[in-house]
Amino acid sequence: MVSLNLVMVFGLLLLIAVRGLGHFWPATVQSIELAESDGTVSTLLGSIVDEEKVSAARVRGRGDYVPEGVEIITRYLVKSGNRDIAGADFSWVNETDIKSRSIPLDAVVIERDEWGNFYGFLTEVKHSGNVVAAGDATWGELQKSIARKTELETQIHRIEKKEIGKINYAMERLRLREKALQLGGKNDPEVFQRLGRDRVELNSRYNEFNDELANLYAKAGRDSITVTTVTGQTVELPVAKLVRAFRPNKMDLGDKILHYGAKVWEFISEEPREANTEGGVFPAIFGTVLLVILMSVFVTPFGVIAAIYLREYAHQGLLTRTIRIAVNNLAGVPSIVYGVFGLGFFVYFLGGNIDQIFFPEALPAPTFGTPGILWSALTLAILTVPVVIVSTEEGLTRIPRAIREGSLALGATKAETLWRTVLPMATPAMMTGLILSIARAAGEVAPLMMVGVVKLAPSLPLDGNFPFLHVDRKFMHLGFHIYDVGFQSPNVEAARPLVYATALLLVILIVTLNIAAIRIRNQLREKYNAAES
Amino acid sequence: MSEPQEKVLPMSEPLENEPLATDAPAPVDFGGRDVCLTVADLDLFYSEKQALNGVNMSIPEKMVTAFIGPSGCGKSTLLRCFNRMNDLIDGVTINGSIYLHDEDIYDREVNVANLRRRIGMVFQKPNPFPKSIYENVAYGLRIQGIKNRRVLDTAVERSLRAAALWDEVKDRIHESALSLSGGQQQRLVIARAIAIEPEVLLLDEPASALDPISTLKIEELIYELKQDYTIVIVTHNMQQATRVSDYTAFMYLGDLIEFGDTNKIFTNPDKKQTEDYITGRYG
Repeated sequence: MVSLNLVMVFGLLLLIAVRGLGHFWPATVQSIELAESDGTVSTLLGSIVDEEKVSAARVRGRGDYVPEGVEIITRYLVKSGNRDIAGADFSWVNETDIKSRSIPLDAVVIERDEWGNFYGFLTEVKHSGNVVAAGDATWGELQKSIARKTELETQIHRIEKKEIGKINYAMERLRLREKALQLGGKNDPEVFQRLGRDRVELNSRYNEFNDELANLYAKAGRDSITVTTVTGQTVELPVAKLVRAFRPNKMDLGDKILHYGAKVWEFISEEPREANTEGGVFPAIFGTVLLVILMSVFVTPFGVIAAIYLREYAHQGLLTRTIRIAVNNLAGVPSIVYGVFGLGFFVYFLGGNIDQIFFPEALPAPTFGTPGILWSALTLAILTVPVVIVSTEEGLTRIPRAIREGSLALGATKAETLWRTVLPMATPAMMTGLILSIARAAGEVAPLMMVGVVKLAPSLPLDGNFPFLHVDRKFMHLGFHIYDVGFQSPNVEAARPLVYATALLLVILIVTLNIAAIRIRNQLREKYNAAES
Repeated sequence: MSEPQEKVLPMSEPLENEPLATDAPAPVDFGGRDVCLTVADLDLFYSEKQALNGVNMSIPEKMVTAFIGPSGCGKSTLLRCFNRMNDLIDGVTINGSIYLHDEDIYDREVNVANLRRRIGMVFQKPNPFPKSIYENVAYGLRIQGIKNRRVLDTAVERSLRAAALWDEVKDRIHESALSLSGGQQQRLVIARAIAIEPEVLLLDEPASALDPISTLKIEELIYELKQDYTIVIVTHNMQQATRVSDYTAFMYLGDLIEFGDTNKIFTNPDKKQTEDYITGRYG
């Protein structure tokens, strides 16, 4: 039974890993000649990402020609990119239609900010419309151009996110200050003048940065490349919109591994692009980890205090028994119900009231009266608090009576005994509770959809603007990201490998969080368990 | 409730409701020593069951008093009454009083934590905390809010020396107390108890879980400690009682049968029950 479980777990992980991680490998680009039904020949440049065997009847039913006598045919899923030119970037190709396949050495794959990958051949590089490289030098020039563009983009990014973000934040605070003063009925003209001066200064700084930005954008827009598709169409692509270019058929194993590493790193460290089908999932990783940490911060003290009260102070009667049963049953409530509760109680009631009392100047735009990471963490904390209570209570029960009596006999009060002796000894049990709650909370998605998770959050809940941790912000979550990429994506074929990769990442993340907690617990246990025996 | 001074010599009166003791116990002569603890008409019930039946006795200062008797006779229960450890058990009812000098320890006004600082206790099984040797000994002092490192260091060393453990552990004083042997742990627990300088030390079968050599060390230690502390010891081992104690009380089924000078109890007891027990006829 155990081995069967192991086989299933590892089988699952292996499937996810292979499906997910294979996506980042630079696949060979093939040029495929296809016989069309009208007798003409068309060419497709792309890489084969999947293959399956289907019955010929099904293919015939779709209107494709299949020779008589063939029952089962193989068909390939070809990723040929060029969504802007060809309309679709994936197509199924029947084996029987393929006339010939070849591997063109100079085929180029270009990752772009928009429209997905481009598959084709590079002809020339232009600076401000003038050809600067053609022929053999083109490739090197393109790489130089992309490196220059990446450098410029980093500067642009810094100005947009950091500098202008800071100014916008300050402006917004200024506006709220002004509104608050008006609401408070304080019409001191001097203060308003000062605020006005601040605004003028912010505006002038904003304009400076804006000019710098325009300058940088102009610089970045200098280069462009000319490429041809396999069908002979010539297209001009601005370098500013390119992410990277590579020639998979010319890469040796070392290059491929480097490329693979860069892609995996991009996946875990960058923000998503193109409706989450390209780029990375860093905000989702960050959101998941921060959510779990916040949840732990809420659930541990609450659960531990509840357990201490129930076990040490409450009179062990009918009421305590009822509470205990209720706590145990809470663990069985479907998580979406907690989501509804969180939305109704935390978001609308608590958040709404906080806004009324503390942030009236921002209304009607809500500050806390809208789903956010704080409410998500609290909802998950309620969801997992029974686990912490139950295991802490168990830990408290296991502390030998002799230890408590020893402490009391030395003149310690009950509270001192608890604080100095019993609680430290019960920490492994508390950690067990926390581990279980982390395991449950990290994988929970349904309630989060109601209390704070979004498919694309414009900014992380942690940044350089005071107060640094913005618990009112919405956030991205790996679990929800899987759902979003898998089911809500406009480009199903492009998204599918990312679903596996994200799932793998989520599993790894949960395992890592758990292992970290288990290690801490084991260390604590080593310290204390000799006293328990 | 009568004045405590009148309760000092309750032994001279015949006890009512004492089915097993027929003769009045002789008054105990403590050789001029002061009385430290006085028990007056102490009844104790575990829910419905009565575990102590109107016990009256006095315990002399800076002497070793031993409680002997078969299992379940109430000797440990009586011992735990002295520092109100029985308060922790649900359903315990106590009537009567115990006086520490002139102070009724079951008075409503009494701060139990303070009382336990004055009356220390060592349990049957060594129960060191899962902390370092140093922290175990310093525990009671830290509870009292003492943080000064030098004061703590001195107190720890003094207590460990007094408990005859210093030489064995001085090089590893910051290691876990759980790494010590059973006998060492028990002496550590004694050191922990005397670190807060109590007036009375209650020992509940302190050597019953130890090997003969450790037992011997504990007994020697008790002999040393009685210079400074009033010691009450519960023991199953009658040889031990004769070796360490000055006075012995024999209890049976919740009654104090006989109390007197140890030599007299073991050589020439007044009661037949006592004689039967010490000669082994109760098994």
